[in-house]
Amino acid sequence: MPLGLLKYGLRPRRSPERFLPPRPELKRAYDTVIIGGGGHGLAAAYYLAVDHGITDVAVLDKGYLGGGNTGRNTAIVRANYLTEDGVRFYAESLDLWRGLSGELDFNLQYTERGHLTLAHADSAIRTMRWRAEVNKHLGVDSELIFPDEIAKLAPGLDLSIDVRHPVLAALYHPPGATARHDAVVWAYAARAAAHGVELHSDTEVTGIQVESGRVTGVETSRGTISCNRVLQAVAGQSSLVAGMAGFRLPIHTVPLQACVSLPLKPWLDPIVVSGSLHVYIWQSARGEVVIGGATDPYGLYANRSSLEFAEGTLLPVLELFPFLANVKMLRQWAGMCDMTPDFSPVMGVTPVENLYIDAGWGTWGFKATPVCGKRMAELIATGRTPDLLQPFRLSRFAEFEQVGEKGAASVGH
Amino acid sequence: MRERLSPPAGSRIDRSRPVAFEFEGRAFTGYAGDTIASALAANGAWCLSRSFKLHRPRGSFGFAGDEAGALVQLESEPNVQADTRAVEPGLRVQAQNTVGGLERDQAALLGRFERFLPVGFYYKAFYKPRGVWNWWEKIIRRTAGLGRVDRSWTPEYFDKAYAHCDVAVIGGGAAGLAAAAACGDQGLDVLLIEREPELGGWLTYGRRKSADRTLDDLRRRVQALTSVRVMTSATCTGWYADNWLAVSQGNRLHKVRARAVIACTGGTSQPAVFRNNDLPGIVSAAAAQRLIRHYGVRPGLRAVVLTTGDEGYAAALDLAEHGTDVAAVVDCRPDPPAGPMASQAEARGHRILSGHTVREARRDSQRLQIGGVLVTRVTGPGACAADGEELDCDLLVVAAGVAPAGGLLAQAGAKFRPSGRGAVPRLESLPAHAYAAGVAAGASTVEEALAQGEQAGLAAAADLSGSAAAAPAIAARPAAAEPTVSWPVFPHPDGHEFVDLDEDVTVREIEDALAEGYEDIELLKRYSTVGMGPSQGRLSAIATAAVTAAAQDSTAAAVGATTNRPPSVPTRFGLFAGRGFQPVRHTPMQGWHVDAGAQMMTAGLWMRPAYYGPPEKRADAIADEVLAVRRAVGLIDVSTLGGFEIRGPDALEFLERAYTPSFRRLRVGRTRYALLTDEQGVVVDDGVAARQGPDHYYVTASTSGAEQLYPLLLWYQAQWQLDVDIADVTSAYGAINIAGPQARRVLEKLGIDIGLSPEACPYLAARTGKLAGVDVRLLRIGFVGELGYEIHPPASQSLGLWQALIDAGRDYGIRPFGVEAQRVLRLEKGHVIVTQDTDGLTHPHEVDLGWALGRRKPFFVGKRSIEILREKGLSRRLVGYAVPDRRAAVPDEGHLVVRDGEITGRVTSSAWSPVLDQAIGLAYVAPDQAEVGSVITIKAARGRLVEAEVVRLPFYDPENLRQAI
Repeated sequence: MPLGLLKYGLRPRRSPERFLPPRPELKRAYDTVIIGGGGHGLAAAYYLAVDHGITDVAVLDKGYLGGGNTGRNTAIVRANYLTEDGVRFYAESLDLWRGLSGELDFNLQYTERGHLTLAHADSAIRTMRWRAEVNKHLGVDSELIFPDEIAKLAPGLDLSIDVRHPVLAALYHPPGATARHDAVVWAYAARAAAHGVELHSDTEVTGIQVESGRVTGVETSRGTISCNRVLQAVAGQSSLVAGMAGFRLPIHTVPLQACVSLPLKPWLDPIVVSGSLHVYIWQSARGEVVIGGATDPYGLYANRSSLEFAEGTLLPVLELFPFLANVKMLRQWAGMCDMTPDFSPVMGVTPVENLYIDAGWGTWGFKATPVCGKRMAELIATGRTPDLLQPFRLSRFAEFEQVGEKGAASVGH
Repeated sequence: MRERLSPPAGSRIDRSRPVAFEFEGRAFTGYAGDTIASALAANGAWCLSRSFKLHRPRGSFGFAGDEAGALVQLESEPNVQADTRAVEPGLRVQAQNTVGGLERDQAALLGRFERFLPVGFYYKAFYKPRGVWNWWEKIIRRTAGLGRVDRSWTPEYFDKAYAHCDVAVIGGGAAGLAAAAACGDQGLDVLLIEREPELGGWLTYGRRKSADRTLDDLRRRVQALTSVRVMTSATCTGWYADNWLAVSQGNRLHKVRARAVIACTGGTSQPAVFRNNDLPGIVSAAAAQRLIRHYGVRPGLRAVVLTTGDEGYAAALDLAEHGTDVAAVVDCRPDPPAGPMASQAEARGHRILSGHTVREARRDSQRLQIGGVLVTRVTGPGACAADGEELDCDLLVVAAGVAPAGGLLAQAGAKFRPSGRGAVPRLESLPAHAYAAGVAAGASTVEEALAQGEQAGLAAAADLSGSAAAAPAIAARPAAAEPTVSWPVFPHPDGHEFVDLDEDVTVREIEDALAEGYEDIELLKRYSTVGMGPSQGRLSAIATAAVTAAAQDSTAAAVGATTNRPPSVPTRFGLFAGRGFQPVRHTPMQGWHVDAGAQMMTAGLWMRPAYYGPPEKRADAIADEVLAVRRAVGLIDVSTLGGFEIRGPDALEFLERAYTPSFRRLRVGRTRYALLTDEQGVVVDDGVAARQGPDHYYVTASTSGAEQLYPLLLWYQAQWQLDVDIADVTSAYGAINIAGPQARRVLEKLGIDIGLSPEACPYLAARTGKLAGVDVRLLRIGFVGELGYEIHPPASQSLGLWQALIDAGRDYGIRPFGVEAQRVLRLEKGHVIVTQDTDGLTHPHEVDLGWALGRRKPFFVGKRSIEILREKGLSRRLVGYAVPDRRAAVPDEGHLVVRDGEITGRVTSSAWSPVLDQAIGLAYVAPDQAEVGSVITIKAARGRLVEAEVVRLPFYDPENLRQAI
């Protein structure tokens, strides 16, 4: 038994210490305002305080902390992207993830399960070999493997060749991991708050004040705040918030749904993704099977679940694992995805001075939480865009310098 | 088997049909009509499982199919609700979450360590030193989880059906029957959905006057209406947008579209919260009554009843009348109002302890179930005296209140709000075309439920007739029914007062989580896991709100509730997946290919021959096919190519805008390469456009692109509104490409009325005529670099023509060839395959397709972007390369081109060329590496570096002499 629990259990009974602080009064002015109290916004607040000593910061969220996409995504972390820019960025994220439970002194349940992306066509094998080669070249562990090895990693996966979409090969990414997404929110929030950052849940931003091209404040449901700098980190609402500051984003927003099963004893270790069947599946520490699929086919700002998702996603799940037919779905839900044309995020400066953006996270935002927070904090503190973020600047679309990740980002998240 | 009660008790069982089954390896017998849990209860076995975290013995509390405690393992199915699943002969049932069996669960030891496992313990430990969690996680996973899956099990048959109706009534209890009858009377088409095997709900098990005819009258009234369809044993699991319902019944999922929906979903009996409130043998009043009336089971020999209302007295009367000794009725209310049942109980001399509660339950010394209770005086809200009276019992019946079963309503957008001292949610508002009646809408008596049902039915009918702006029927809950006590939650210094039985969450854990700052109800849920289990808070939400409100000195209304999501009850994957229609597209020649020994490969939805011959002779087969085309003649089935007819006065204008080249000077009877880019200038597809007439073009598309291309073209047309018609004729035509020096001779031998001489039918000509008597379109084009004709016959005649070509070509050495040989042939010829040699950012200049751009055209999709990209200068180019060292490894597609440790490109196509006898390929390289003669380095398998030389394209027949003959 770990020492921490032993100590906890043996000490006399008393109320536990407060971890998340109560919501303070909203001040009239802050140095920096972060719109969005999800993983990204809280991580940025934490690194602003810890790395740069900037603590006059308010994190605003219209609901509860982590109630947006941080709490709705399926918590997969990986770095097996396709472009050099993407791989480097996510590789740094993996490094940060590995030490994050220790740094934040909170068990984020970061579990390296291994990540398998199945290929059902020779075109997919081609792209996966390319991804594996780019990954390996940049020091990220990825390998193209074939059915005999796949069978060892994912026993029970239907590898017969007479099915509609036989499994021909897979991209195996051993560091592929999952984390407890809510824990990430709570830990960043608590540690940022310990350094003086203020957390304001149930505080909706209703307007952004801009004077002569420079941000000067935000209007909220609890009053107006003046500030020197603003970071917007509001996945699923990015275009709407940018609109408050008067600029447009090359983003369209679509729902993405997921579901979990009733808990089962462990039967699946790695994360299994099929790009062509538009489905992915892994089993959580609670034993629940977590399943996700492709984004909904139409744009919508609504979190409603659909029957079509359940039908369209569980069909391919049973193609891969037929014996799950009698396993029961416990719950389905939806989040909102800000999709960019090149399937890469948008991070950096905006047309409004001192207004920084962290957006366009489509279906792949969770895994970038630490690196994005750290590098965005660096940008806000220094005013200089870190090299790692440069490829993801908002202006890349106008400059025809996109970061083409469609082949690696579309499913599997 | 113990003696069952005599009829009329046991309405659902058939005493003439005993059913033998096994539980935990022991033989049991029940009756047809029993559930697994009722058959076990009839044998005195209450304990069904071990709990999620602490491995405590658990059974069913509500006997209504809600709780984790009643989940059992069947051989082919994990997590089965024992309290609603019918028992079947020979069924082998196992308890879940035990190590070594239910009785001697070794994992129960975990419970001893409870003090070391506070709320959220796994966030506070197991992570130091770095990486150790990966080890702990495996252990925690093994202890967590409930049922097991059997990887070798093959699923049964599942299917789906559609249903439509004017009004769907969910729930066939009193309110639902009344609502269905009211709608039926109006002539509406009604679908009545009942999850139990029979209609009636509470009326089938509740305590009614002996002469009460309500149920019979209602059933008769509904049965008389032909427009009312009744589904029993059918569960509505989801109420999605626009009254789109998912209803599961057996292995079938009914998808129901209703114009209006009336939810009569009843309620969920709530547990009381006191120490050891989780012991098997503690059941709701409704559960006790179900056991008696449905299954003829005497629930216990000696019972204590704990109540906060009149319902407990009804249960006590029922128990006493069916042979159970009622030790006491413990009423939490200090001065219980004289309800009709309470008065009867008093009159019959039952012992009533008002102002008392059960402070704790005690386990039987022998069996995994309750053995007694400690009853003490209530001293204030949530508080009771430590000392009181010990009562022995083998049954504790709890009537702590019923929560509206509002899950489906909430999914549909109805709003509930906790109200009153009891924190019971009350329906506040309904979305359009949705109605509610009965307990779900706040009714507390049958009369009220009937009135509400009738009213909701009439409101729905008025809504659908459009005759009146129907006000949503929300019954005002009468003040008399408001609970007069706080919710029965009695924290105990020694704990084990479970707020959530599914998740083993106690009062203290909720309080601790709140103290740690998880104060928002959503955060509380996520941290403490309260409400996250199989019952999704149906039995814990009210108690959670009550505990939270007390801890925060607030009200349940302010605490709020978490979001309800589908499905309303756990639902098998197989029902959602259904039969699994997986479309496969076959060309007309599919059977021929298979007979000829082709290895088939998938290409999108299509199947195509990869090569002809056994897999072990793959390389030889491909080489032979390549050489046959180069030296004699080959035949490939290209029916999978997309085909679009573009017709009308604006056909030319449409092509000019959608495709990159200019077709203005394309004459009738000629073809032109047709390249397509998107708004960003990225290459998305290519094909050939043949001008069939002045206003008529036939355009092909790639196999993989055709399916996306057709909607794209329609989308363009929707914006441009040109006078043009676009028809997808992919499946209407087959397509056969005959290529090789002997191709013309084969066609002539077969008989063709089109002149094939180079003058009459030159390269890039398009003709129509008869080949072997079949009407065909003939395009003289070549992808493989030889004299070739693409023949497009009607699909129905394609196979015959294919066979005729094979027969006619036999003397010329004809061979069918597959996709693999075609890839080599086209690579030798330097042709790119869109999506293989291009990616999501490739623009035409990067792949030397600048010649295919109509630069003088005012517009085509992507033109502006391509011009900007050209101005910027290229960042990479696709080139041909050859590997001079014939012993070097042949690079694979996807291998990188590297220079000084940097990635400068990648191989997109690679093959051993049988004609050139060396490894060749296409690769992206840096612009300064693109000169012919440059040497590039390819990082091949296992990191081996291979030198290659950039060569001029095409590799084969650069003067195009062979395809022009």
